[in-house]
Amino acid sequence: MAARTLYEKIWEAHTVREEPGQPTLIYIDRHLIHEGTSPQAFAGLKAAGRKVRQPQLTFAVMDHSVSTKNRLLPVLDADALGQFEALARNCEEHGVHLFDMHSKNQGIVHIIGPELGITQPGQTIVCGDSHTSTHGAFGALAFGIGTSEIEHVLATQCLTQFKSKTMKIEINGKRPRGVTAKDFILAVIGKIGIAGGTGYVFEYTGEAVRGLSMEGRMTMCNMTIEGGARAGMVSPDETTFAYLEGRPFVPRGGDFQVAVDHWRSLATDPGARFDDSLTLNANELAPMVTWGTNPGMVTQVTDRVPDPSSFNDPVDREAASRALVYMGLKAGTPIEDISVDRVFIGSCTNSRIEDLRAAAKVVAGKHVSKDLKQALVVPGSRRVKVEAETEGLDKIFRDAGFEWRDAGCSMCIGMNDDVLPSGERSASTSNRNFEGRQGKGGRTHLVSPMMAAAAAIEGHFVDIRDWKNADGAE
Amino acid sequence: MEPFIKHTGLAGPLDRVNVDTDQMVPKQFLKFLTREGYGRVLFYDWRYLPGENPNPEFVLNQPRYKGASVLLARANFGCGSSREHAPWAILDYGFRAILAPSYADIFYNNCFKNGILPVTLSNEQMDELFKRAEKEGYRLTVDLQQQVVTDDSGLRYSFEIDPFRRDCLLRGLDDIGLTLVHDQHISNFERKNLKQPVMYDPVDVKFHKQPHLQRN
Repeated sequence: MAARTLYEKIWEAHTVREEPGQPTLIYIDRHLIHEGTSPQAFAGLKAAGRKVRQPQLTFAVMDHSVSTKNRLLPVLDADALGQFEALARNCEEHGVHLFDMHSKNQGIVHIIGPELGITQPGQTIVCGDSHTSTHGAFGALAFGIGTSEIEHVLATQCLTQFKSKTMKIEINGKRPRGVTAKDFILAVIGKIGIAGGTGYVFEYTGEAVRGLSMEGRMTMCNMTIEGGARAGMVSPDETTFAYLEGRPFVPRGGDFQVAVDHWRSLATDPGARFDDSLTLNANELAPMVTWGTNPGMVTQVTDRVPDPSSFNDPVDREAASRALVYMGLKAGTPIEDISVDRVFIGSCTNSRIEDLRAAAKVVAGKHVSKDLKQALVVPGSRRVKVEAETEGLDKIFRDAGFEWRDAGCSMCIGMNDDVLPSGERSASTSNRNFEGRQGKGGRTHLVSPMMAAAAAIEGHFVDIRDWKNADGAE
Repeated sequence: MEPFIKHTGLAGPLDRVNVDTDQMVPKQFLKFLTREGYGRVLFYDWRYLPGENPNPEFVLNQPRYKGASVLLARANFGCGSSREHAPWAILDYGFRAILAPSYADIFYNNCFKNGILPVTLSNEQMDELFKRAEKEGYRLTVDLQQQVVTDDSGLRYSFEIDPFRRDCLLRGLDDIGLTLVHDQHISNFERKNLKQPVMYDPVDVKFHKQPHLQRN
């Protein structure tokens, strides 16, 4: 058989029906839902008199609008309450698993899928959330869908899909100290642009990617959508299997070995053909900071805010000018001179235990800048929260002047009351620096957890590579 | 879904690249439980000043574009979040067709589920349309049957579109109904491949109908 990519293997294994000139009907193994985008799908289902075809393949969680403060208090936001109630009602009515806001396993949908072992290699996984690409880190085909498609999956457990092109993104060499998976993916997006991946599925490979933990791989796959690609993937390997072993939904004993043998066979074959490729060298990469209003407007921490006139394309020039006005930045300003008002460590991009460990190491024994208005740590899940507390990370953060919160999407999207006020500037470990994303008029700079932690201490961006013992990997 | 066959209407220009779905429908409007009524909040932060007063600086607020139903847009339109609230808002505002050089993937798919036709034209063609739309009352006809965009002054741009998507829009087909025609294929696939998830370690998940899934 010809050499195949991971993507092709999963695609072929999930093809229910194909006919020339039509999209392929593919089977969906795991469907994740949350309170934000699912109510209209259930309503549509009901209006059409349809049922959930395979309720046990759908997993629901409350994450987008949940409070990260005391969750035992009544929900005051009536609209959010309506969403929670609708999700609970829909799950009950249709027999769907629900991790509600009081579950010990509650967390951001893209954090809990992997940590419970619901996410596994070779699966097709969808969710009404663009950051579903996260799960591709396990060698799954995972992508975000709209509400109509949620309804489609609920009713049929399938989706009609056009096959994507594939792009191999290879990062060679060893990851330099202070440079993380977040910096890798920001560098990739900076290179290809935020539409550079449209029509593609990415597979990340190369020594530096292989050397990443599952947390790091998830960060890269998570932000794949910011480069416009449908999904990001990493071929499963020993790191993947070691992460999965013993998780609640992962087979045990002999069954685990059988699963691993299958998972191993999914990796892209040597010599498999990709439609396109991009190669980067890890030793040329540095900590990244976004300066504009999309994740492609990014530069190295040692650089300056670019001059719009330096862009060749008039469209880029115009977009950069507009972004600088919104961000309240002057061209030529050194990135390290940009001061921040708030720091947010959290989101489905960077709120896993490894992210919190790395940030805690940076802030241990120090205190956030007196000019800072707020420094927030929001663990991605309650499991992560407990694990961090067991390790004493909560104390390190609190002692350094951070607020230690309960799990949820929080200030990445600001659907609860964790909002970046207008005109204020954040260093954020999240994934989008769009206008108003963290709050109307808020100015977001995307960085890694270590970079965010260091910015909190100094009150402005700093090059984490200058700090001793900063890198959790050391 | 309402079929899209041919539509003639006023062109409304939005001359910005990379318009993301956060701009189309900001987060505070993602908490409603229906698909209706999002037209009022489309481009909310650009469109309104405090107190929900129309911002005169925002192009679509100009009286001349009132009632626009063909949206002229730029590259990578609809990037970012998968929220279908974005196309719901576009449709509810009154747009039936979008003309742009390129679209983000999820948004593009979502348009077809809602009877909105996203037409892809070249950058040069879009430049020309933006220029022509400076003239007050500039109207365009978007004909999906013929796959052409035309105006009253002889402009005629043909466009490509996937035949399957075209057919679904022309007939206003219900996607789910279409898939359920292949129910037997799905059942066959499930017989061969379906493995139910097993919870080896019980976790505190609410699950009402199939408690047998919990196994120690």
